[in-house]
Amino acid sequence: MAKITFIQHNGNEQTVDGLPGMSVMETAVKNQVPGIDADCGGACACATCHVYIEPGWGEKVGARNPMEEDMLDFAFDVRDNSRLSCQIKISDALDGLRVKVPEKQF
Amino acid sequence: MTDVITTDAVIIGAGPCGLFAVFELGLLDIRCHVIDILDRPGGQCAELYPEKPIYDIPALPVVTGADLTQRLLEQIKPFHPEFHYNHMVTGVKKLGDAGFEVETDGGLVFRSKVVVIAAGGGSFQPKKPPIPGIEAYENSSVFYSVKKMEALRGKDVLIVGGGDSALDWTINLQPIAKSLTLLHRRDDFRAAPDSVKKMRELVAAGKMSFKLGQVTGLKGEHGVLSAATVKGNDGQSFDIACNAMLPFFGLTMKLGPVAEWGLNLHENLIPVDTEKFETSVEGIFAIGDINTYPGKLKLILSGFHEAALMAQKAFRLKNPGERLMFQYTTSSSSLQKKLGVS
Repeated sequence: MAKITFIQHNGNEQTVDGLPGMSVMETAVKNQVPGIDADCGGACACATCHVYIEPGWGEKVGARNPMEEDMLDFAFDVRDNSRLSCQIKISDALDGLRVKVPEKQF
Repeated sequence: MTDVITTDAVIIGAGPCGLFAVFELGLLDIRCHVIDILDRPGGQCAELYPEKPIYDIPALPVVTGADLTQRLLEQIKPFHPEFHYNHMVTGVKKLGDAGFEVETDGGLVFRSKVVVIAAGGGSFQPKKPPIPGIEAYENSSVFYSVKKMEALRGKDVLIVGGGDSALDWTINLQPIAKSLTLLHRRDDFRAAPDSVKKMRELVAAGKMSFKLGQVTGLKGEHGVLSAATVKGNDGQSFDIACNAMLPFFGLTMKLGPVAEWGLNLHENLIPVDTEKFETSVEGIFAIGDINTYPGKLKLILSGFHEAALMAQKAFRLKNPGERLMFQYTTSSSSLQKKLGVS
């Protein structure tokens, strides 16, 4: 089990239990975290599960994959710490992960 | 006066469930017109994951979205469905006992006995970037699609994005725009390499400019844009003068006009019964991802099952009082004749 914290644009925080092997997006949807739309259901085909990785977690989460980099062209306000949460697999190493949800996916 | 297209059934949505509905209705001699907002069949399979493998279609251990669509089109060919792409259904009206009138934003009007809503997650619509104040410029200076190229002649055009739409319109509009700037967040494109090459040639020839960055704000008044404020990749902000901006960030699904057709809705889904998959209005059915009922699973295979049961009731609406004999395609010579195999 890995605790994942989603921080909303207004500062509200929600910490949920993530199962290793699931994606951060699936965990968000399962727990009805607002702002993770995930239109395509995890196919890396819509860029509506965009999150910002909080400082200190970038290295553990790892780099974007090439498909994700392409798909981020369809996201808004992409920053250096932008990731698509459907492409982040949860592992015990990510216990405590904090991500910010953009104000709007689109 | 628009010509009215009269048919047995109008299917809204050309995704896998809408396509398979043509098959099930066709076996019962119900003729179909299929309307879709996209420019091609397949729905989410075409727009979201044409290349992605699907593993849970019975008897097809693995099939891509594009391939599944092609196979369904092949399967329904004997029934000669008529397709109307690039149309969004805007209105569905009950005409007493005569059935329904269905209207599209492109001016098509249909009369049919039966309406099948197979609209998945709703209609695919252009993503609108959440730039503060953008609404004030929409359709006067900000356009999410190009309906008439001429409207952009002589304008200072800013195109935002790095996909095929952004690159195609860059190349098409450059000759008629007064000036053209392409803005993208990185110097890499997911568009066709040939389009990227053409764009780079235009830049090298001094005919347009390419800038790196993302729009953060808009300047102008009374709906007329004068500049877009851009944050460059070095963190510095600068303005790009423009009086027309075209953001291309792909498509997203919105429920769209379905909400206005007088049907009961539950959390943006259409409740149906599980015998006929009929909505709260007799003669209007909902199948696939857009419906809901106890135990609903959003699987393509569930939509196929729903299409088959829906067709039984559609037959009774088209042929009141007539008995429908259940038949198998393996043994029924009449079904085989319809399929063109006997």
